[in-house]
Amino acid sequence: MSTAAATAGVRTGRARPATMAQALGRALRDSMAADPTVHVLGEDVGTLGGVFRVTDGLAKEFGDDRCTDTPLAEAGILGAAVGMAMYGLRPVVEMQFDAFAYPAFEQLISHVAKMRNRTAGAMPLPITVRVPYGGGIGGVEHHSDSSEAYYMATPGLHVVMPATVEDAYGLLRESIASDDPVVFLEPKRLYWSKADWSPDAPAPVEPIGRAVVRRPGRSATLITYGPSLPVCLEAAEAATAEGWDLEVVDLRSLVPFDDETVAASVRRTGRAVVVHESSGFGGPGGEIAARVTERCFHHLEAPVLRVAGFDIPYPPPMQERHHLPGVDRVLDAVARLQWEAES
Amino acid sequence: MTVQELPGAAAYRPTPPPAWKPLTDPAPLLPDPEPFRVLGTDAAAGVDPELLLRLYAELVRGRRYNAQATALTKQGRLAVYPSSTGQEACEIAAALVLEDRDWLFPSYRDTLAAVARGLDPVEALTLLRGDRHTGYDPREHRIAPLCTPLATQLPHAVGLAHAARLKGDDVVALAMVGDGGTSEGDFHEALNFAAVWRAPVVFLVQNNGFAISVPLAKQTAAPSLAHKAVGYGMPGRLVDGNDAAAVHQVLSEAVARARRGEGPTLVEAVTYRMEAHTNADDATRYRGDGDVEAWRAHDPIRLLERELTGRGLLDEDGIGTVREAAERMAEGLREQMNADPVLDPMDLFAHVYEEQTGQLREQAARLRGELEAEQESGAEEGR
Repeated sequence: MSTAAATAGVRTGRARPATMAQALGRALRDSMAADPTVHVLGEDVGTLGGVFRVTDGLAKEFGDDRCTDTPLAEAGILGAAVGMAMYGLRPVVEMQFDAFAYPAFEQLISHVAKMRNRTAGAMPLPITVRVPYGGGIGGVEHHSDSSEAYYMATPGLHVVMPATVEDAYGLLRESIASDDPVVFLEPKRLYWSKADWSPDAPAPVEPIGRAVVRRPGRSATLITYGPSLPVCLEAAEAATAEGWDLEVVDLRSLVPFDDETVAASVRRTGRAVVVHESSGFGGPGGEIAARVTERCFHHLEAPVLRVAGFDIPYPPPMQERHHLPGVDRVLDAVARLQWEAES
Repeated sequence: MTVQELPGAAAYRPTPPPAWKPLTDPAPLLPDPEPFRVLGTDAAAGVDPELLLRLYAELVRGRRYNAQATALTKQGRLAVYPSSTGQEACEIAAALVLEDRDWLFPSYRDTLAAVARGLDPVEALTLLRGDRHTGYDPREHRIAPLCTPLATQLPHAVGLAHAARLKGDDVVALAMVGDGGTSEGDFHEALNFAAVWRAPVVFLVQNNGFAISVPLAKQTAAPSLAHKAVGYGMPGRLVDGNDAAAVHQVLSEAVARARRGEGPTLVEAVTYRMEAHTNADDATRYRGDGDVEAWRAHDPIRLLERELTGRGLLDEDGIGTVREAAERMAEGLREQMNADPVLDPMDLFAHVYEEQTGQLREQAARLRGELEAEQESGAEEGR
């Protein structure tokens, strides 16, 4: 289906196949229409509609002042957004690619994350930083980083990662409406994933910070988010052949972290594997495993395991399939959960 | 394979570039090689005497404030104080050229500018005292938090000015940075954004000769810092930073220009830091006493005093009145700073997010428990 046809489809109000990229674009559009203080800025977001076309049509509908092509300078983009937010606007910044966001780190960490705190609540910054992130699309270096560990280690930021078309829309609306800054990580390889979805009657999404059980199960919990969710769901289906009934929890945000949903699941199943693309050492999985262990120690039948990307710089595209955790690696970890039998 | 044979070559038709024309004649963008001066020249006669007297009173008060704050560091009442002694003309002019609706974006050394803009002298020191980061509501005073990272507040000023213009508000942002800060990437990005967006911003560089210990010659190869404006397509102005009337005039013109919608200006004020970088620094390691003495002859208060007394606008009585007022301010500051601030440890968790996350609620409960236990054991010891 062409982009135009898909757009025409989603505007009829009936649920039609829509991609995550379209749902994100619709969330931006609806946020801008609902609130005149919402401004989109970044490189190529205007005339081009973004390199992934997420901002397609926004400049045309709302004008260059609301959807602005900026000079190519990430610190400048985010720094300007800080000033705009200080004056009462609600900027949504696009960083184009994960590794392109690094020049903006000082603005993000020293100002965006801390302004509410520095001013004792007088000056919150409602900024959403959209970061197309992660691998699996054959990008060359600096186009496939998973940088969530950096963001989640910075108090003051929310870190949100949708994994479904519905969540892409709902969580982005929630993030833009939030008075706190949000780093919104968009899994690039799910941009073209589709679901039957109606933008005119979008399913309500809970406020950011709630995890959801995507697949109920009894014998172990897979804890995951973003691009690894489809991998885990596929692994859970495959594992039924081995007699495993896996529960899959989609975190949807790393900050806030939904301890209750995760711990409740692990207490039910007694076993857990954390699955993500980013490197394991110093990665989110270590934090999650520690939190699960602290809360569920007496319920655990086996150590909490991690399936993560290797501790290497993101590999070149012809090698990335070896790095990215796939179904087999998840199933291998699940097999290792038979702890008593091994020890 | 030739270009014509490449797939998609039909669409690729190189055309000769149009004749190159500069956007504007670069000549007016360039600063005069000599810093602009008013005091001691014929131009001084044209300055409103009331403005000169106001500048003088503020300069004297500012100098006294710097001295008092430095003394407070020695008494352990302030964690640190970066003095702006010698630079008062820049500080005061920056504050006085702005209207109430305008915004000031100060760096960590610009406490005086914030106080001259009307901020309570104690609130202005909250950061340096160490009890919390920003002691005032930035929106109330339209003064951004004193910025410790270098030049990172400049893009904020651009964004705010841009937002104000989008909303149709007649607001100008004035952002202050030091000579060292001009080497930072954020300086470059801010100036470029401001020029491209024609944002109503004025950038004031206080070139005080040193970035901690590194002299200007090791900071830049440009003929002056004001020259940097040319590459962005905005005017650069070089001004004697110790001549309060000159700084006031140049900044006023830049602010008026911004307000008219003509875009940003970069102003370099050449001045000198008479004290060390902060009380923790030893300036004798990187500069000689001779330099400091030479600059003392060009002291901003002395320059203004000479002008005012020479024209019969100020006499010994007048000087005495101004000094007395400054002394009263210092007394008040001393008194208030000698009182221990009442801090609530639970504030640590109060302003991280709009709503506390689960983990912060747990940690707040832990701290509350620790505090209660402390109090109980204190009460037992006291029994």
